[in-house]
Amino acid sequence: MDAWLIGGVKSLLVLFMVLQVSALLLWVERKGSALIQNRYGANRASLFGVLPFNLGLVNTLLADPIKLFTKEDFVPAGADRFIHSLAPFLALFPALITFAAIPFGDSIELAGTTIELVAVDLDVGILYIVATIAMSVYGVVLAGWASNNRWALLGSIRGSAQMISYEVALGLALVSMILTYDTLNLQAMVHAQGNLIFGVLPAWGFIYQPIALAIVFTSGMAESKRVPFDLPEAESELIAGYFTEYSGGKQAAFMLADFAEVVMTAGIVVTLFFGGWQVPYLTAEGWHLPFMDLIPVTGWLVTVMQVGAFTIKLLFFCWLQILVRWTVPRFRYDQLMNLGWKGMIPLALVNLFITALVILLAGEFS
Amino acid sequence: MSELWFYLLAGMTVASAAATVLSPNPVHSALSLVITLFFVAVHYIALGAHLVAALQIIVYAGAVMVLFLFVIMLLNLQPDPDESRLNPVSAIATGAALILTVAIGRLMFAFGSTAPVANLPENFGTTKALAGILFRDHIVAFELTSLLLLVAVVGAVVLAQRDKGETRG
Amino acid sequence: MMESVATPAHYLVLSAVLFCIGALGMVVRRNLIIMFMSVEIMLNAANLTFVAAANQLGNMDGQAMVFFVMTVAAAEAAIGLAVILALFRNKQTVQADEIGLLKW
Repeated sequence: MDAWLIGGVKSLLVLFMVLQVSALLLWVERKGSALIQNRYGANRASLFGVLPFNLGLVNTLLADPIKLFTKEDFVPAGADRFIHSLAPFLALFPALITFAAIPFGDSIELAGTTIELVAVDLDVGILYIVATIAMSVYGVVLAGWASNNRWALLGSIRGSAQMISYEVALGLALVSMILTYDTLNLQAMVHAQGNLIFGVLPAWGFIYQPIALAIVFTSGMAESKRVPFDLPEAESELIAGYFTEYSGGKQAAFMLADFAEVVMTAGIVVTLFFGGWQVPYLTAEGWHLPFMDLIPVTGWLVTVMQVGAFTIKLLFFCWLQILVRWTVPRFRYDQLMNLGWKGMIPLALVNLFITALVILLAGEFS
Repeated sequence: MSELWFYLLAGMTVASAAATVLSPNPVHSALSLVITLFFVAVHYIALGAHLVAALQIIVYAGAVMVLFLFVIMLLNLQPDPDESRLNPVSAIATGAALILTVAIGRLMFAFGSTAPVANLPENFGTTKALAGILFRDHIVAFELTSLLLLVAVVGAVVLAQRDKGETRG
Repeated sequence: MMESVATPAHYLVLSAVLFCIGALGMVVRRNLIIMFMSVEIMLNAANLTFVAAANQLGNMDGQAMVFFVMTVAAAEAAIGLAVILALFRNKQTVQADEIGLLKW
């Protein structure tokens, strides 16, 4: 019963965290894009006439959700009602549960039991992430089909074709990360990034595998169909692509799924390539700065710093994706697919081959 | 408590498999099959086969069923009103299936051990152990399977191509 | 990880039930794609048998077999669906009863 309680609390914590960050990103996107494009953004709704000082918070986080959820629930004529209602949540669900395998802190001792700060400490953590990314195709496929609208169907077929193409590149890049760390367990990978190269540099993933970082980040953005890969849902061209016929709460579910996938991509990149919850030179006992003695730090402060470091890195990569969205023009569909099949996959294969070769030779000579 | 979980999960597996077979709408059938595959993956985890469960979701539920859905959507298959399920053939077939279930079930139960699962080696079901078996004991089958996949890719592309000169639409 | 009290025998019976449901689907349904899906159910039932046997005997060869069966099933699904697509282009139907050119 104990394990169930701890696991349940951790899972709820992670779920709420993902939902909160997704909602926060909605606001960051609106105001951040306004900042980038040198305009005001949403600043009309306010509390008591003044709050919150034109930051657009009330507009995005209060007024918009109320508007979306009180709209009429409209199922197009001739469409399959059940699947039309199911599709948004099929898109939302995998984006939310991917985070279950991502560690956000080291293990802590609480009342005698050791708790790993990851919702589910899976032996096959990376495969779990690939599996949930594979499941996110269904929402797209069914959304277009259930709309009884041939252009929505076209958008959904394009979108799902794009997603499964970039899944291959993503999977291959993740395999090279598995080779680098010799484990599938994400917590073990983050632990391995606490070592120091030559006693000075923290052994974070991007130093070992810069190409894999580029592939994973790009494929993650392509998976969530964000610009520059968002032709399936191009706002200025196709109305909304595969979720044209969705309004109200279901559209809110699709939007939330979009931002949850942003958080998911950021989480994967942070865990594999940027040390996860590791703060450079901070170990469980204290600061191990190079060429200096140990500076002790109390246990709980270490945990707080590590969870804080994870959060900061996560938010940074979410911001980076939003920055890319509002800076780069979108790809044409054939350019997109060419990049996926003729660019990313050969690159990922070559990277995998070189990684395997280096590991083999390093094993031979050490 | 664990027995209850097993019966619940097994019941839902059987229910979704039955929904796949009995549903008149092909898209509903495909979705029920996805759910069935998920439940089977859960059973794999309960039996200690973690890697195989992950592969089941990635390959079967994540790729093969998407292919099925694509084909159903491309062919624009509508629910078939003619396939009424209460004709003599289907009644006899259902009866035969029930008898077959009972017969095979009794046979399987006799072969299976009713001792609870125990004494599994340390690395049972892990990736390293399965990789060791695949790449050492069954390397020939592995290479032949990869050749088979190549043949399947080429064959699928050739079969699904339109003939030269055939107009689109 | 919760230990399951359900013994391998239970899983073998479950796979028997799944197999018979798949066989029923093959016989009763006339839509080629649904027949295909019934074949997939039967393959999964066989896989479940292999994994249960691997668990019972403590031998991981069963899981290796599942690996191969899964791969072959994926290849078969790809080719089978391509054949159905080609068939649909010619006959505009996927009902097995209407594809009877070779019957006498």
